[in-house]
Amino acid sequence: MATLRIPTPLRVYTGGQTEIPVGGATVSDALQDLVARHPAIKPHLFKDSGELRPFVNLFKGDENINVLQGLQTPLTENDSLRIIPSIAGG
Amino acid sequence: MTVDLTHDEILRYSRHLLIPEVGLDGQRKLKASSALVIGTGGLGSPVALYLAAAGVGRLGLVDFDVVDSTNLQRQVIHGTSTVGKLKVESAKARLNDLNPTIQVDTYNEPFTSENAMQIAADYDILIDGTDNFPTRYLSNDVCVFLGKPNVYGSIYRFDGQVSVFAAKDGPCYRCLFPEPPPPGLVPSCAEGGVLGVLPGTVGTIQATEALKVLLGIGSPLIGKLLLYNALDMSFDFVNLRKNPHCRVCGPNADIKELIDYNAFCGVPGRNHEEGSAGEGWDIEAQALAERLREPTPPLLLDVREPHELQISWLPNAINIPLGSLAARLSELDSAREMVVFCKGGTRSARALQLLVSAGFKKVKNLKGGINAWAQEVDPEMPVY
Repeated sequence: MATLRIPTPLRVYTGGQTEIPVGGATVSDALQDLVARHPAIKPHLFKDSGELRPFVNLFKGDENINVLQGLQTPLTENDSLRIIPSIAGG
Repeated sequence: MTVDLTHDEILRYSRHLLIPEVGLDGQRKLKASSALVIGTGGLGSPVALYLAAAGVGRLGLVDFDVVDSTNLQRQVIHGTSTVGKLKVESAKARLNDLNPTIQVDTYNEPFTSENAMQIAADYDILIDGTDNFPTRYLSNDVCVFLGKPNVYGSIYRFDGQVSVFAAKDGPCYRCLFPEPPPPGLVPSCAEGGVLGVLPGTVGTIQATEALKVLLGIGSPLIGKLLLYNALDMSFDFVNLRKNPHCRVCGPNADIKELIDYNAFCGVPGRNHEEGSAGEGWDIEAQALAERLREPTPPLLLDVREPHELQISWLPNAINIPLGSLAARLSELDSAREMVVFCKGGTRSARALQLLVSAGFKKVKNLKGGINAWAQEVDPEMPVY
């Protein structure tokens, strides 16, 4: 399974978990798996229409999935995915 | 421009002059350079202190706030003796003491679409140490339009991010974050809290990046984002690329000038007439009187100090003074309609900003405050 790293602001929706193993062949599958395990996170990642919210940045390894194949980016066993949050504190 | 160093400066910067990457030429470059620090809070404190100590010849400081004691847990440029003073003046005094050979310019005003281009035009580099999304988008766009690098740093609880945006051929903040999150989704430090030393780490990295850019040495974080987590003590890097769809720096950019950043981020602005929270955020006293006669009237939130309630009050209003509002948000029901008021509408406008940033959507400001109510609705009530 790939692992998905959850940023601090979203950890309240994953029971405090920082890294979650996610199943699936693509980023999209992995997110569906995440949402199935932690439904409370769904509105923070997806619009009601099901699209990914534009301020949610997903990186596979050190690349933004937008420069790969977006939500269809394939995942393999040891891939690490991370959500990079928009934070504004200073 | 070439500048010479005085003998005193040569002594002061001797540890820099010994490093081949800086040396006399580099130190002259720093003396001839200028940096604008947006915000003199958690991030701006270490940024300004280290840039001043390093000998950046001219520093600009932008902030409209005053020092309060809750700042001192992390805003180390200020001190107990400057509580209640303007942040830019407090910071300037500390910087003058640290390095009297540099020039410090202060701008005691919010950084806005109206003044930002003019202020920033005079500096080589901007350092984004603000604490809110509208000013971050503003700082980015200013840098893109003026072709100046934007040393970005941002913090939340134990997490920090740093990058150098808008450098030549590099991505900008909007390439990564085309749109801000809706208000309330991401708590500010005032609501979410922050480990005091976190902005020290992140701001010091910003200062490092600014010095590298000014000196033209090393590999600044252009096209890279640093993700720091203090709990894990992890430093991770991801690649950032120019976004071909970027609305300010992409090939088909449609934003060519500064916009209304508060509206863009869905938050009420700071620029509005006295007693008002801005267009769309106010309710007049008469309209409120009518709403209060309805079967489900809005909740009233009085953000005045308790002693002011002896002068005038509205029945059933909850009293939470503005200063303690951030810590007491959980006492309020965000699902319910709410009208915030104070004496004249100014404190309540600030309360409204805080509430909206925290995700309250159904909230209005009583325009002109309880004094307007006294004048327009209840002539028995004193005006003070």
